[in-house]
Amino acid sequence: MAQIRVENLHKAFADFVAVQSSSFTVEDGEFFCLLGPSGCGKTTTLRMIAGLELPTSGTIELGGQDVTFKRAAERDIAFVFQLFALYPHMNVRANIGFPLKCMGMPKAEIKQRVEDAARTLRITHLLDQRVSGLSGGDRQRIALGRAIVRDPAAFMMDEPLGALDAEFRHLMCGELRALHDRLKATTVYVTHDQMEAMAMADTIAVMNRGIIEQYAAPQTIYDRPASVFVADFIGSPPMNLLPFQAALAPGAREIRLDGAPVGVPEVHEALPEGGLVLGVRPEHVRFSDASALRGEVYGTEYLGTTQIVTVKTPAGPLKARVPSSLKVETGERLGLAFQADRLSLFEAASGRALRTALHDQAGSSGGRHG
Amino acid sequence: MAEVRLSGVTKRFGTTTAIDDISLTIGDGELVILLGPTGAGKTTTLRLIAGLERPDAGRVTIGGRDVTLANPAERDVAFVFQQYSLYPHLSVYDNLAFPLRSPARRLPEDQIRRKVDEVARLLRIEDKLGNRATQLSGGQMQRVAIGRALVRRPSIYLMDEPLSSLDAKLRSELRLELKRVQQELGATILYVTHDQIEAMTMGTRIGVIDQGRLAQLGTPREIYENPVNLHVAQRLGQPGINLVPRSLFPAIAAPERTQTIGARTEHVRIAKVPERAGIGTVRWIERLGDQNHLHVDLAGRELVTLGDPDSDLAVGDPVTVDFIRPLYFDAAGQRIAG
Repeated sequence: MAQIRVENLHKAFADFVAVQSSSFTVEDGEFFCLLGPSGCGKTTTLRMIAGLELPTSGTIELGGQDVTFKRAAERDIAFVFQLFALYPHMNVRANIGFPLKCMGMPKAEIKQRVEDAARTLRITHLLDQRVSGLSGGDRQRIALGRAIVRDPAAFMMDEPLGALDAEFRHLMCGELRALHDRLKATTVYVTHDQMEAMAMADTIAVMNRGIIEQYAAPQTIYDRPASVFVADFIGSPPMNLLPFQAALAPGAREIRLDGAPVGVPEVHEALPEGGLVLGVRPEHVRFSDASALRGEVYGTEYLGTTQIVTVKTPAGPLKARVPSSLKVETGERLGLAFQADRLSLFEAASGRALRTALHDQAGSSGGRHG
Repeated sequence: MAEVRLSGVTKRFGTTTAIDDISLTIGDGELVILLGPTGAGKTTTLRLIAGLERPDAGRVTIGGRDVTLANPAERDVAFVFQQYSLYPHLSVYDNLAFPLRSPARRLPEDQIRRKVDEVARLLRIEDKLGNRATQLSGGQMQRVAIGRALVRRPSIYLMDEPLSSLDAKLRSELRLELKRVQQELGATILYVTHDQIEAMTMGTRIGVIDQGRLAQLGTPREIYENPVNLHVAQRLGQPGINLVPRSLFPAIAAPERTQTIGARTEHVRIAKVPERAGIGTVRWIERLGDQNHLHVDLAGRELVTLGDPDSDLAVGDPVTVDFIRPLYFDAAGQRIAG
């Protein structure tokens, strides 16, 4: 297993820049997620690490060795694709053992390795079955088996769960993470699904239009998004983004939304008058008659323990996650209070997060998996 | 709008019983959701009300009038299908006006305009009226399809998974919109879905359908908190309700015939303990952002509970498990009071 270092990676297809200038390090044994919408450059990045695509500039190191322009076969990486491309005429054992057979490994060793891989994936009982007729989940496990049987330096996974339905995808997330905990293999995982990334990754790089907007632990990304894009991409429902106009000085601890005072984490930079955005996670909204910020309930959505209440405010629509025991009627007018120390502030034009006391807490939360 | 009532309705196709003795009343102004998997009989129920199928037994009444044997045209219902079938050569306006221009209705054009404008405003497509139907996004097309039903004021709207072909973000937007429009119009709607989130967030009441039978009918909260059997308990809640064998928890004072103990994620408490005192092991900490789901391995079964992101529990930790207000089920899966 090995560390992966990516530096100033750039990739252009004719006029189109797929990857601007990415730098990140995936530590040995880390589960790293490239997360973003389609076309953001995440798959291109993965393919460059795997050697399926050559970068326009930049370097890629694998286990301390520069592999930037090495062929895929020389990189000791295993790739798992979204569509489990299994050989339908072979049984499970032959499918998993196929990469080893191609390498010319002796039969006895192949048998041993295939059985070890099957045990790790808990599919020993399937080894002598035909591939056709197996469920999507079992097929994906076999595809994984074919990757782990080689014992490569790193795994590359390109939306491996994309073809599965929601319930099953969730189950496989748990399995993949458990597998990772057993193998401790360096993994680069590409997805557009924030739930998958949050659920499995040690570190996430959120990509947008070829640029890594944030590179941090999942909880950090959730609690302190570095940009409006990240704030809006993570969370379900995502962070509320309320635009306002103001000039801010260092030390400021309050802003005004539609004339109503709203407490915020202490601001650490100076900003001339301009467009700003307040970011509020739905679970950090409370209803309070004392608050000067008013809104009208647009609709409620019961979810069991909690409910999502959509409120129309002069600053824009806002979603609150509150206990479902709270009685709220559509059309009702109410006051809104926010948990001041958890709020984010962004510059509207650039989308970047302002430096505030929120960032002083860095390191206090956001522990790793496993 | 009117009350619609099914009394002891049964429908067979050959040897298969699609609908088995269903009785259900959809009150005037109510949005009732039929929730169940594919093949449970949801769509057949809609078709029976619309008159596209005839029941083998039982009666259907709309606004007090027995329509069991009436033709579809005599029933005054509007149907919205999963796949929006708009007229591609017509504008959005003409698509919406189409049902009103039927020779059977003969509404004057100024009345048609008023109705179309009102519905377009409700569905927020008023700026799209001049567009060709093919120039719309998927979400807008489905709005037009719903709007084409809403321009009429039938006794009941029958909706068959109208949001299922849309992406997650649009679906969540339209869920809220549709419920709001329903409340504003006081519309009576029977809405069929296999999506529990739609059922929970939109329904005045939910009817859980299982193999052609109505397993339980109640408000979302009643169904979530007080399921009558294991099947219903597993239909709502994400992640699903935890079900554990009673034998694993001999210390719990459960009613006598209890076979299975059920507890929702939020009703499970776990605590870190020394190795030997633990009944389970933390297997996976799934991060959601605002909270974590802790997956606990309990003698080969999985149990999921909520955890704080700041908690010090780690994968591999031995834990004890406690339940708050657990539900008890007998060997047949029926709920036992306790």
